[in-house]
Amino acid sequence: MMSKLFKIFSVNSLLVPLVAVVMGLIVGAIIMLIGGYDPLLAYGSLFKTVFGNVYDFGETIREITPLIMTGLAVAFAFRAGLFNIGAEGQYIVGMTAATAVGIKLSGLPIVVHALVAIIAGGLAGGIWAGITGYLKAKRGVNEVIISIMLNWTALYFSNYIVRNFLLEKGQQRSEEIKDTASISIGWLSTAFDNARMHWGTIIAILAAVFFFIYMWKSKQGYELRAVGHNGHAAQYAGMSVKKNIVKAMFISGVFAGLGGAFQVLGVFHYQAIFTGSPGIGFDGIAVALIGLNHPFGILLSASLFGILTYGSAGMSFGAEVPPEIIRIVIGSIIFFIAAQGIVRWVLKPFYLKRKKEKVL
Amino acid sequence: MGAATPVVELKQITKRFPGIVANDSISLKLHKGEIHALLGENGAGKSTLMNIVFGLYQPDEGSIEVNGKPVIIDSPNKAIELGIGMVHQHFKLVQPFTVTENIVLGMEPKKMGIQLDYKTSVAKIQKLSDQYGLKVNPHAKIQDISVGMQQRVEILKTLYRGADILIFDEPTAVLTPQEINDLMGIMKRLVEEGKSIILITHKLKEIMQISDNVTIIRRGKVIDTVKTSETNPNELAEKMVGRSVSFKVDKKPASPKQNVLEVQNLTMKNKEGVSVLNGLNLNVRAGEILGIAGVDGNGQSELIEAITGLCQVDSGIIMLNGKDITNKSPRFITESGVSHIPEDRHKHGLVLDFSMSENMVLETYYKPPYNKAGFLSKKEIDKQAKRLIEAFDVRTPSIETKARSLSGGNQQKAIIAREIDKNPDLLIAAQPTRGLDVGAIEFVQKQLVAQRDQGKAVLLISFELDEIMNVSDRIAVIYEGQIVGEVLPEETNDQELGLMMAGSKKSGGKA
Repeated sequence: MMSKLFKIFSVNSLLVPLVAVVMGLIVGAIIMLIGGYDPLLAYGSLFKTVFGNVYDFGETIREITPLIMTGLAVAFAFRAGLFNIGAEGQYIVGMTAATAVGIKLSGLPIVVHALVAIIAGGLAGGIWAGITGYLKAKRGVNEVIISIMLNWTALYFSNYIVRNFLLEKGQQRSEEIKDTASISIGWLSTAFDNARMHWGTIIAILAAVFFFIYMWKSKQGYELRAVGHNGHAAQYAGMSVKKNIVKAMFISGVFAGLGGAFQVLGVFHYQAIFTGSPGIGFDGIAVALIGLNHPFGILLSASLFGILTYGSAGMSFGAEVPPEIIRIVIGSIIFFIAAQGIVRWVLKPFYLKRKKEKVL
Repeated sequence: MGAATPVVELKQITKRFPGIVANDSISLKLHKGEIHALLGENGAGKSTLMNIVFGLYQPDEGSIEVNGKPVIIDSPNKAIELGIGMVHQHFKLVQPFTVTENIVLGMEPKKMGIQLDYKTSVAKIQKLSDQYGLKVNPHAKIQDISVGMQQRVEILKTLYRGADILIFDEPTAVLTPQEINDLMGIMKRLVEEGKSIILITHKLKEIMQISDNVTIIRRGKVIDTVKTSETNPNELAEKMVGRSVSFKVDKKPASPKQNVLEVQNLTMKNKEGVSVLNGLNLNVRAGEILGIAGVDGNGQSELIEAITGLCQVDSGIIMLNGKDITNKSPRFITESGVSHIPEDRHKHGLVLDFSMSENMVLETYYKPPYNKAGFLSKKEIDKQAKRLIEAFDVRTPSIETKARSLSGGNQQKAIIAREIDKNPDLLIAAQPTRGLDVGAIEFVQKQLVAQRDQGKAVLLISFELDEIMNVSDRIAVIYEGQIVGEVLPEETNDQELGLMMAGSKKSGGKA
């Protein structure tokens, strides 16, 4: 088992993102220097914020959780050869479905209500992505275009639902969900100084494990990967390419939808009327990329993403650096991963050295 | 010439990969104005060696000298600097760009340091093209020109970069006979103009036709270097494979039995609405090989796609063992007893990014023992893969190796292993030996005959007349989506077949 784990994160595949992260941080530092800030102080206060006290550490975990889900969503579709840029919309409809169930259903026992709400969120996300998959399979429409359009549709559709059916009087948000639908973990929140801890985090980690087992151990995963790598060969082998496209999009959307549900049921307990897209789904694309589209890689990259994002607030507080700088860092990391050649070029001297030693 | 300093000399080059010594102490001299052929089976180490010369790999041992000076070639850029150019087997061109844009890409003449100086580029390329008789239109877009022309663009690319030493990697694999002749002419012209050429190939005919010297490599070792004028194809084949090779297929007369495949009045239109099959009839019996002869593009691919369920037909009936399989799904047809060695092994035959193991169960993964309650048993799959790889002598470092990194011949062997192992009633072999060397061709053809001898029906589609003549028990000629005649191989000759392939119907004989 250990050796298998090792293989997944084999030196080569893990090294590139690691170096990309370091290089991204360096780029951020250079920009801070140009702007007249102290990068060491800035990064120092970033990490001090995240790891400095239990409340902020807990909140960082809260920040990481939805990123894991949308990251998994994007990566799952990608493994089947699809670019699900619509995780954002799937995340939003997941939120709304969970909110609606959390508010409107009553009389259900405590765990059951939460479960129903979670499932509703996942299904909503899955169906939303399934629309994209269906149109792609049946009509050959490009999934990127449909899912981008559906992101906006989701945003305004959600706002419509909240405004007309779920609104808390006089507020720009829905009513609170029933306590029975909450997935917050009270005792853990208390332990983390009232940080918003919830079961969604645990489910997110389990989702990553599910992703791994489904994709690489199951019959259906084999089909999805075959379709993703080579649709012609999959068809030749008797697999239904269309069915697999819809299936891949559906499961991908379930991940994103669950992420939205967790956010409502575990964190806010209500849904606000959005003025703009929350962006968690889009961040999922970056998370998937940095995590090399591998579920365990995504656990790491979502953590990184969450730490940087949450810690950036502390950065402005501690070193007066605008938190937007951290988006530059993240952007640079993505750039360096996409342009792997640069990273390998940086690494080259080390490789050559190692080789020479081997020869001697 | 013998006394002059070679333009390139490889000394004792050794390159190891995990589990394989790809090049074992290989030495080779290339002189100015020489065409030196590098002959070897798929996977013998030719490409590895040339990738070393071109700076894509580093040798573990040995040295390279260019014009008598030792050099270290650590990147393709360095190779280009040294005047070494490579014409790759798979072209590296940007389709929507023009010929000129492709050639200057990365080394553009510039106006004021930033803007591409298109005029100067065109002029330069026109001049090069004229000098070597390449007849390339510098303004044409790559997507609009033929494969042969695209190859010339690749040649121009190396010349534009100042190459004096050109490496051709299997240059004829993708060309039509006419284009091959043209290429031979171009290569001769190149050496006349003072270039030197290394030609990687496994086609003996071309070597005999054009090369000055031949170096034969087998399993990473140099077997011999001979003057082309002092050798013959048989000797070369024997050195390459390591045993004597017969170009004639050994087989007993066929004893055909009942009809396995019956195709009646098949018609089909392609996506553009053009009729590609026009009332096609044929039958294949158990225990015989039916060869379909024809020029590429006369409905062969569509016929196979129709039989295997990859495409829907418009009308007509396809029967397998008396059962209607018209327009059924590929899985249904596979399960009914059809195996299919596809024409394009990269497109249909393999998932290149899957491991060999995963590829060996591509059509059977969903059945026990591989599928256990929705989960795939890696143990059973690996066992099957190991068995097939051993039985069919597929040379791969391990079953975990990605199909992509195997040589074409070994990829084909793997597909054949998988298809034959399904124990089909009907085996469809489309271009089964395309791009393979003589040793592998012999192997594949023997397998087809063996299947026939076991009482299977074999449908062979090939553009190689020799193969059709050698392997088939009965030949059907396809022209414009119809079978225009049937002949027996012992009663016909290339001329007659050639005429039929060009559309003249055979009168009399068995229709």
